[in-house]
Amino acid sequence: MAAPMLRLCCPGRRWALACIDGCSRHRRGAPNGCTSSRRRGQSSVAQQPFITAQKPRKGEHEWAAVVGLEIHAQISSKSKLFSGSQVHFAAPPNSLVSFFDASLPGTLPVLNRRCVEAAVMTGLALNCRINKKSLFDRKHYFYADLPAGYQITQQRLPIAVNGSLVYSFCAGKNRSQVINKTARVKQIQLEQDSGKSLHDDLRSQTLIDLNRAGVGLLEVVLEPDMSCGEEAATAVRELQLILQALGTSQANMADYEIQRQINELENGGEILNETRSFDSKLGCTIPMRDKEGKQDYRFMPEPNLPPLLLYDTESLPAGADPQQVIDIDRIREQLPELPSVTREKLVQQYGMLPEHSFTLLNEVGLLEFFQNVMKETRAEPKKVTSWVLNTLLGFLKQQNLAVSESPVTPSALAELLNLLDRKAISSSAAKQVFEELWRNEGKTPAQIVSEKKLELMQDQEALEQLCHAVMEGHPQVVMDVKKGNPRAINKLIGLVRKATLSRADPTVIKEILEKKLAS
Amino acid sequence: MPLKRMHFQFCLQTSYKAAIKVSAALKQGHITPTELCQKCLSIIKKTKFLNAYITVSEEVALKQAEESEKRYKKGHSLGDLDGIPIAVKDNFSTSGIETTCASNMLRGYVPPYNATVVQKLLDQGALLMGKTNLDEFAMGSGSTDGVFGPVKNPWSYSKQYREKRKQKSHCENEDSNWLITGGSSGGSAAAVSAFTCFAALGSDTGGSTRNPAAHCGLVGLKPSYGLVSRHGLIPLVNSMDVPGILTRCVDDAAIVLGVLAGHDPKDSTTIQDPVKPFVLPSLTDVSKLCIGIPKEYLTPELSSEVRSLWSKAANLFESEGAKVIEVSLPHTSYSIVCYHVLCTSEVASNMARFDGLEYGHRCDIDVSTEAMYAATRREGFNDVVRGRILSGNFFLLKENYENYFVKAQKVRRLIANDFVTVFNSGVDVLLTPTTLSEAVPYTEFIKEDNRTRSAQDDIFTQAANMAGLPAVSVPMALSNQGLPIGLQFIGRAFCDQELLTIAKWFEKQVQFPVIQLQELMDDCSSVFENEKLASVSLKQ
Repeated sequence: MAAPMLRLCCPGRRWALACIDGCSRHRRGAPNGCTSSRRRGQSSVAQQPFITAQKPRKGEHEWAAVVGLEIHAQISSKSKLFSGSQVHFAAPPNSLVSFFDASLPGTLPVLNRRCVEAAVMTGLALNCRINKKSLFDRKHYFYADLPAGYQITQQRLPIAVNGSLVYSFCAGKNRSQVINKTARVKQIQLEQDSGKSLHDDLRSQTLIDLNRAGVGLLEVVLEPDMSCGEEAATAVRELQLILQALGTSQANMADYEIQRQINELENGGEILNETRSFDSKLGCTIPMRDKEGKQDYRFMPEPNLPPLLLYDTESLPAGADPQQVIDIDRIREQLPELPSVTREKLVQQYGMLPEHSFTLLNEVGLLEFFQNVMKETRAEPKKVTSWVLNTLLGFLKQQNLAVSESPVTPSALAELLNLLDRKAISSSAAKQVFEELWRNEGKTPAQIVSEKKLELMQDQEALEQLCHAVMEGHPQVVMDVKKGNPRAINKLIGLVRKATLSRADPTVIKEILEKKLAS
Repeated sequence: MPLKRMHFQFCLQTSYKAAIKVSAALKQGHITPTELCQKCLSIIKKTKFLNAYITVSEEVALKQAEESEKRYKKGHSLGDLDGIPIAVKDNFSTSGIETTCASNMLRGYVPPYNATVVQKLLDQGALLMGKTNLDEFAMGSGSTDGVFGPVKNPWSYSKQYREKRKQKSHCENEDSNWLITGGSSGGSAAAVSAFTCFAALGSDTGGSTRNPAAHCGLVGLKPSYGLVSRHGLIPLVNSMDVPGILTRCVDDAAIVLGVLAGHDPKDSTTIQDPVKPFVLPSLTDVSKLCIGIPKEYLTPELSSEVRSLWSKAANLFESEGAKVIEVSLPHTSYSIVCYHVLCTSEVASNMARFDGLEYGHRCDIDVSTEAMYAATRREGFNDVVRGRILSGNFFLLKENYENYFVKAQKVRRLIANDFVTVFNSGVDVLLTPTTLSEAVPYTEFIKEDNRTRSAQDDIFTQAANMAGLPAVSVPMALSNQGLPIGLQFIGRAFCDQELLTIAKWFEKQVQFPVIQLQELMDDCSSVFENEKLASVSLKQ
């Protein structure tokens, strides 16, 4: 069974901010308001305006955040949740729309097995209880990109409940202390995505694209167990990594949004119930549409879908067609390695520092890059880690590139590190080779080394001659050494290196010089 | 007139009552599918005033007949339904043929796909004569509340009824006193009853197939929920809707059910188990049967005539050796109010898609999307539909959900359990009336509003939908007025074949008379003229 691919998209979230003042009139962490997104079910937190009794003047109160999250991960399945339409990004508008997606009367939903498997997988990865029986509900609201006038979701009895998301971050001096935190997972539910409205203000018309309508989403609801934007961001990132381990994901909107709400409150504004979407280009969230005050979604059981029944090895009916049933235990067996385990393995296998294991996993594709280099090099893991995390990542960040866009391939880096490992080149020469590789002129490290004459001088005799010549040419410095100035030898080493065009190992030079000076 | 043609004329009114017989004639070459199709088309034209059809798909039917004829010539007939004219209620999607639900909302809507049941009939070579009239979105029990006007019961023009009326020397204008067909599948019932086709699809949510079948002297079958695909049936109440079958005899209903039944990958609520084709045996011995008579169905509103026929039927079974016992379905009286809550709630939800955006009617207002929705829905739906949407949304409000919807669901379970208890006690089928009385004149019917009528008329039929059980109405006899009265058999879930077997035995015993429409057929032009006048005067 191929691992269902998951892609995280536009996370909705449930924020609750609590105002703390000197008299502790507001209990820390008490949720007194929240927003929830339009198509995202009722929030478990009471919906009321943020500031009710008093409006603080700027700076008068400290605001403490209590963050709950509703994260919507788009399930990367070949077809939609309830129809056979294909799922593709950036297809021509309305080219992936079945009769069901367009809500033609008389059409009925047929549940996509892949999406169910993805939900079970995610539930297991998040330590959830998988409900052997779950139900689908209709959530009603009128919106132009919701053709049926309702969204099919799982409100009453979702597919997975009561899980936990363990996330860790590095703190303390040097960020070497790993702190583990847990956010409770309230539930994971399967639901349909809506279509897309394109507003043409000039002609005052709205155009509807239903390509996305009916695409399967996993809604992961995290309890408000996170206390700041950083925690929330880390939790989301960890979830994203978990989903990636089962597939792929992206998006992050936590930090900006919490700061915006704090600013808004301090400026005396009110937080409206609204859905905000994250604009990665602007680096901020923007309002999507009004929440229309108190929306009553008039939930109702979806009568066209029988209860979704899942089985385990024990309850699997004898002689059941494997195509017709889903065995939770089988999915559990096929669960891929989760990021926490991967990090632990890195630490154990390579003696890597925990914070390095975090960095390796946090950048998309970096771990794979690292592992590919490891496969082809004899260099020490610590060396490889340092080169990948410092040099490669540094170059990538500087030019704002993704790992997949790196002009230096894992093989090239491995070859470079091999040269370094067998002392064919010096560290500084290696840096130079790397820069050449980055320019991506199609040359191998060996070619660059030979063209630029960067090989280390291995000829002991030649080196001795060079040392001798330098000592002859600088009698004053030699005298200084002999008088006991410990720094003077470094000058000699520098002069010899210069004479070798930096191609000699300074420790070897030092050895020769010391020998000669002592004699 | 050539012999063959005379034979045909004869058969149409008598022995061709059944599709099964005409099928044999087709196979033997006594008639060709095209001749049969043309004959039905001419009857459709002659009986246009019945308003049975919303759309007559003449070209499609003739083309299908041509194809069928080729198959017969090659000896490759597709089966019993090859070349047989059928009609389909206008709430089943038909590819390329307008499907309106008798509503302004879907006027001009041409579905791009066939409902599974339609496709299955076409795959068997059946000829689609057209789409039949109904109450708007199947909400009603008279076939009087559609945007294309009411359907007239062919029995209004039968020799049997007219003679009785003459005897009673009514001096009022006969033609202004036409009868309703019942509903909401009244168009389908009228179409079959008036010989415009041999079988028709109805839909049955609370009795919408059985009720008009009883009023039009037909067999009306509501199969078990989940036995027949709903894909393509424009829903009223998803959890109760079942495609219904209207025919002139039980054997025909069995043939059609045999074609329609079975799992549909497009409808997740259909049963997974394979369904074998139905072969309806002729029952000779009923002595091993146990017939249940639910005492709660003996209501004061039941007409004395229906009541006496009901007990006559019970006696018939008893005299032939069957065990007939009184049983109790204690929650019956809650059924209607419970149905009202569940029905309107699902209606509110199902109708949400009609917003004028993707298909169907759209108003001219473009101030805002919301204004467009509101005006579109106001223009598109009639009062009955809007009323049900309003109450349904009320029941689904967060503050009301527990008190109405959840309670109604619980009551529904109790009603279903009533049936389980009775069937577990050894009862094979239940015998009940289908309707309170025979068909009433339109003028009489419209004295009450749609809601009141639906509540009254669904009383005997609607519990079977709550429980998902198969039920069939079989015409038993003519009333004193010369109008058909049907009785209903309710069977165990998915025991549709057993149910039909008993219905077939009963049908054979009672020998219900054939409708005599000779005068109508011979001189329909004058009737048509009169009808036109009548309907104009009624509206004023």
